[in-house]
Amino acid sequence: MGFSMSQSEKPGGLNRRSFLTATAMGATLPVIQQARAQQAESAPADPRAPVDVKLRINGRDQSLRLDARTTLLDTLREHVGLTGSKKGCDQGQCGACTVLVDGTRVLSCLTLAVMAQGSEITTIEGLASSDGALHPMQQAFIDHDAFQCGYCTPGQIMSAVACVNEGHAGTNDDIREYMSGNLCRCAAYPNIVAAINQAKNEMRKA
Amino acid sequence: MSTSLNRIATGVHTSLSHESANGHVTGSAIYLDDMPLPSGALHAAVLLSPHAHARIKSIDVTKAEKAPGVIAVVTAQDIPGHNDIGPIGKNEPILAPGLVEYAGQIVAAVAARTLDQARAAVKLIEVEYEVLPAILDLAEAVENKLLVANEIHIERGAVDDTLAAATHRLNGEARCGGQDHFYLEGQIAIAVPGEGIDMQVYSSTQHPTEVQHGVAHLLGVPYSQITCEVRRMGGAFGGKESQATIIAGIAAVLAHHCRKPVKLRLPRDVDMLATGKRHDFLFRYDVGFDGEGRILALDLLLAANGGSVMDLTPPVLSRALCHADNCYYLPVVRLHGMPCKTNTVSNTAFRGFGGPQGMLAIENVIDEIARHLGVGVDEVRRSNFYGVGERDVTPYGQVVHDNIIAEVMAELDAAKNLADWRADIDAFNETSPVIKKGLATMPIKFGISFNKPELNQAGSLIHVYVDGSVHLNHGGTEMGQGLYTKVAQVVAETFQIDLDMVRVTATSTGKVPNTSPTAASSGSDLNGMAALNAATIIKERMTKVAAKHFDVPAKDIVFADNRIHAGNRSISFKELAEMSWQQREQLSAAGYYKTPGISWDFKTNSGTPFYYYAYGAAASEVAVDMLTGETRVLRTEIVHDAGKSLNPAIDLGQIEGAFVQGMGWLTCEELVWDKEGRLRTHGPSTYKIPGSRDVPKVLNVRLLDQPNRKPTIFRSKAIGEPPFMLAISVWLAIRDAISSLSGHRLAARLDAPATNEKVLAAAEDMKARLAGTA
Repeated sequence: MGFSMSQSEKPGGLNRRSFLTATAMGATLPVIQQARAQQAESAPADPRAPVDVKLRINGRDQSLRLDARTTLLDTLREHVGLTGSKKGCDQGQCGACTVLVDGTRVLSCLTLAVMAQGSEITTIEGLASSDGALHPMQQAFIDHDAFQCGYCTPGQIMSAVACVNEGHAGTNDDIREYMSGNLCRCAAYPNIVAAINQAKNEMRKA
Repeated sequence: MSTSLNRIATGVHTSLSHESANGHVTGSAIYLDDMPLPSGALHAAVLLSPHAHARIKSIDVTKAEKAPGVIAVVTAQDIPGHNDIGPIGKNEPILAPGLVEYAGQIVAAVAARTLDQARAAVKLIEVEYEVLPAILDLAEAVENKLLVANEIHIERGAVDDTLAAATHRLNGEARCGGQDHFYLEGQIAIAVPGEGIDMQVYSSTQHPTEVQHGVAHLLGVPYSQITCEVRRMGGAFGGKESQATIIAGIAAVLAHHCRKPVKLRLPRDVDMLATGKRHDFLFRYDVGFDGEGRILALDLLLAANGGSVMDLTPPVLSRALCHADNCYYLPVVRLHGMPCKTNTVSNTAFRGFGGPQGMLAIENVIDEIARHLGVGVDEVRRSNFYGVGERDVTPYGQVVHDNIIAEVMAELDAAKNLADWRADIDAFNETSPVIKKGLATMPIKFGISFNKPELNQAGSLIHVYVDGSVHLNHGGTEMGQGLYTKVAQVVAETFQIDLDMVRVTATSTGKVPNTSPTAASSGSDLNGMAALNAATIIKERMTKVAAKHFDVPAKDIVFADNRIHAGNRSISFKELAEMSWQQREQLSAAGYYKTPGISWDFKTNSGTPFYYYAYGAAASEVAVDMLTGETRVLRTEIVHDAGKSLNPAIDLGQIEGAFVQGMGWLTCEELVWDKEGRLRTHGPSTYKIPGSRDVPKVLNVRLLDQPNRKPTIFRSKAIGEPPFMLAISVWLAIRDAISSLSGHRLAARLDAPATNEKVLAAAEDMKARLAGTA
């Protein structure tokens, strides 16, 4: 075994699997086909047949064998052992699973792992420097108590790093707007804004 | 002598970071879903009822059992012990026993090798239902007296006569909605069978003892066979008090059948459909008052929607009744509480626990009185505030001995002059036909302690190791509120050692037994005191050793700044720890605390249930678009009483967070059920909790830095729930904006939550009343 399938499911509704089966078109299908083509000898008729997936996560190459429909979030959590990215809603609406793919923030629960091949994936575990020194954004979150329960925090921090790099952290209003995809039920929002304001200056210096 | 020694920098009354801060920002803090599973662990999924009320005619699990990877399928009949986890009442099943009473109730569960296999197998379970008529509306349950528990009644004086004789009299009805907890970490449990009938249960729960009891009942084993542990939760807010036991219970029953570890993690939609929420309420009031708005008599019905089972509805309702006075003296009063039954998910604990609903009811009445008389809302409030030494007895008989509400309001006024603020708003409104601003204050008085006296006790367990490091354990749970940090500060302060020498460990029924839920804002009050007690016991033993070592009386030994001093001589804490071991002094102690002087008579609903009250006040300015119903909170000023705060940074975070969460309850968070009783708002796409843009543009929070008059843990006050109710200022400010259309002569007819649709309807209603067409 060693592989799992998509975990999203709405009772009585459309789940990710049926969605993919019905409409797996657009950008995702060619990627999947490409992935499958890499191992043409395995049974192509079985959609569950695992495919080889090569990912570069936090500067390290990972060779995995996955169901082609495995999300990046499940890949990170279940197959690579990086559990920092959280599963809050698993439907792309809470932001707890946010990671960076080539520096762009993406919702890893709505991204298939195969789509991230050839990209540089950064998770919360890869943000600190190799000597363990915290990223300015991580330090700022500590300095400003920008969390309570901590569950949304990895996603908030990854999103915040991208928010600054995108140039969307100019004013408090900008920060609120461009961080609005990351929910925090403890509502540490004022402190998150303060943390981003601190870190953006540090990041500029770096 | 001791005055010249430095106190440690990481003790109490200090703004220190959360004890897991580094783990949170690096992703290394382990939540249940992050725990590596033991080998052979299985994954579980559950089947929900699609009907609000139905008899289960048959359940056929044969196909599901034969599905790939499936190890067990369980229904109610597979529970070896009692299918009942009722925290107060009876007959609260975890798996529907032949009858479903709400859409979303769990009917069956599957354990399989993979999560996908479990979820696929759930769809193969065939259930035949006989659909029964369902009661879905709270008003219908009120009319038909459908109840989950006994009604609660508090009465003082000749209510009907006083109402009849009053110069002014108003009556009306109001409603407020429920609220989903929407903890970012959904409900989750891992049950691991041990030797014989032992079971270790990891549960994201605020109440490990209740999980222990619940699982033991379900399996039919003594409590001693079950250990429940939780290190941290990703938010809880009351939603993991009784509800966590359902999830842990199902995992345990499956683990029992499979003899393998089982993990059950509810997907978000299932979590929202299957587990309880804040009670929606219906209020009916009849109030008599004089020309100054002073209340002479109030007759108030508070009907709570308990949902399908009793759960925690009686104490929630009881707290609602005990907060329907808020800060106001009600000389003659009748408070009647109805714990209603409907075919909806059981409503349960949620931050404030009935307090917010009770306060909303009286604030609605105050607002109506003010508009009726054409005087300011704050003037009416002042006329009704509890007195000091007079007019100070609550409807339930407790004397308000620590009333500082006038002082808190004065502090609020000092933060921003309310008269000037009001003048600015009025001036704006004069020239703004579409966007209207509103301003409202909200004073609060919130009773601290569980209403049920026996819950007000706590335990702790502390070990000092010979290297001077300290292991701390207590019965409270960490859900982000900073309890572990505060209690560790208490221990660091007591031993005068740096905080990083104190290791807080996971809450476990195996270490501290018979605990109360971490609820009612009482976590640090109770567990802080229990930890202080244990630390003090060990410190006294160590003091004896130090006194002997230095050959001085024990009273001359001073713990300060990581060292133990006797005059000019000193040794390190580590040295003393080792010395104490060598001299065979016990370096481990169990601590205990029970809140003194509280009482409650469940027959008469009277007594002194609260050790003290926490106070606060907020003022909020909103802008309302009268053509769309859109609202924005522009500015909020808060003054809050945290006593002598144990950790001001944590308390400020609690105040901001509670306030914003309260705003959500009163504005954007709306639970919608369809005609079949199915919840249609079961994910973040349809259920809107406040986001970063919804926080007031200006939000200033000040702590009223005054020691608690009661000898609580370092004179601090409880913080978790009270500030939630400050958000009622936002709801009142929206009403104020709508009322401004009438020159503040008419009260807005606006229930909670004040969603855009409801605000627009209330604005249209106001315009129609002014035009004489309504």
